[in-house]
Amino acid sequence: MLTLKVKKRASLLTLILILTVFAVFLILKSLSDNILYFKSPTDIKTSEDLIFNKKIRVGGMVKKNSLKINSEEIKFVITDFKNELNVSYSGTVPNLFTEEKGVVAEGKLQDKKFFVADRILAKHDENYMPPELKEIIKEDAK
Amino acid sequence: MLKFFTNSNIFFWIEKLTNFINSIFFVLLLVAISFAIIFSPPDYLQGDSVRIMYVHVPAAWIGLASFTLIALISILNFIFKIKNLMLVSKSIAPIGLMFTCLAIVTGSLWGQPTWGTFWAWDARITSMLVLAIFYLLFIFVHKFISGEEKANKISNMIAIIGFINIPIIKYSVEWWNTLHQPASVKILGSNTIHSSMLVPLLLMFFVLILYCALIFLMKYKTEIIRIKKKNLKRL
Repeated sequence: MLTLKVKKRASLLTLILILTVFAVFLILKSLSDNILYFKSPTDIKTSEDLIFNKKIRVGGMVKKNSLKINSEEIKFVITDFKNELNVSYSGTVPNLFTEEKGVVAEGKLQDKKFFVADRILAKHDENYMPPELKEIIKEDAK
Repeated sequence: MLKFFTNSNIFFWIEKLTNFINSIFFVLLLVAISFAIIFSPPDYLQGDSVRIMYVHVPAAWIGLASFTLIALISILNFIFKIKNLMLVSKSIAPIGLMFTCLAIVTGSLWGQPTWGTFWAWDARITSMLVLAIFYLLFIFVHKFISGEEKANKISNMIAIIGFINIPIIKYSVEWWNTLHQPASVKILGSNTIHSSMLVPLLLMFFVLILYCALIFLMKYKTEIIRIKKKNLKRL
């Protein structure tokens, strides 16, 4: 079974595999900024070269008790539990958009603390459960 | 083992297996679908759109598993040059492509009501699209390149290079910020999906696997017939 030819092909294959892994790693590394679908408030706070007139996406949790809706705009705070960012938005929001749930806002940064969104996406988490169970968990939490 | 493959009585076994799967498939399909649509509860947040998940998740699993299989077969084929294996991977590829596309389409339909968008260029969704492209390349090589030797060689390379994409898809939701949520069903560690939803999910997965087996057997049979027509000595 293990003739010289087979061994040759096996080593060639290993070489090809290692090279592809390396190439893919380099590609992903150089693309690392673009692969991130959104930046967190911490990313924005720590980054040196902030872009103010280009569209970016910011994501995190909608902070508890921060959501304020009036007839012109929706205001809320995106938090990653370390840093926060104030967001203002006017338009429709997806059904899943509420407090203490994930959100991704697309828009422009006004300054380090203030973001004007022109699109809101809701981020769903990995928890799936029936409504009755959610009620029970809520009761327990109280 | 080799005799089992090479012997022409493989048609007998294919026939038998197909008949067996056919006899249980529709009953199980009905059971799984009624669990997924009627008996399982709606989600506390998404409501009834959670039911899309019962097709989306198994489809994505099958899409990934099929490509993994094709890649492993290609590695074996590349090293040992076993002709029969090529027929197997050629028969798996269309199934994998179909389920990958199904996962993308159902995901998009789920994304609209929950995320608020049909499409997002995040790491998970983009890498899934790349997987579909690899499947297409694999299939097109066999369709458009004349000369079997050459086609086999190129498609093997495509499968082996495309294999790198599989761990990227799997871990994309952990390595990078994505709109797509992380996995709810884990082999190691606790699931974050309630058992009343996990059961229909696994049922649907099982039924879809049966469906894959059915399509695979039919396709494998056709491939063998095609080869036999071309060159009797080969098998």
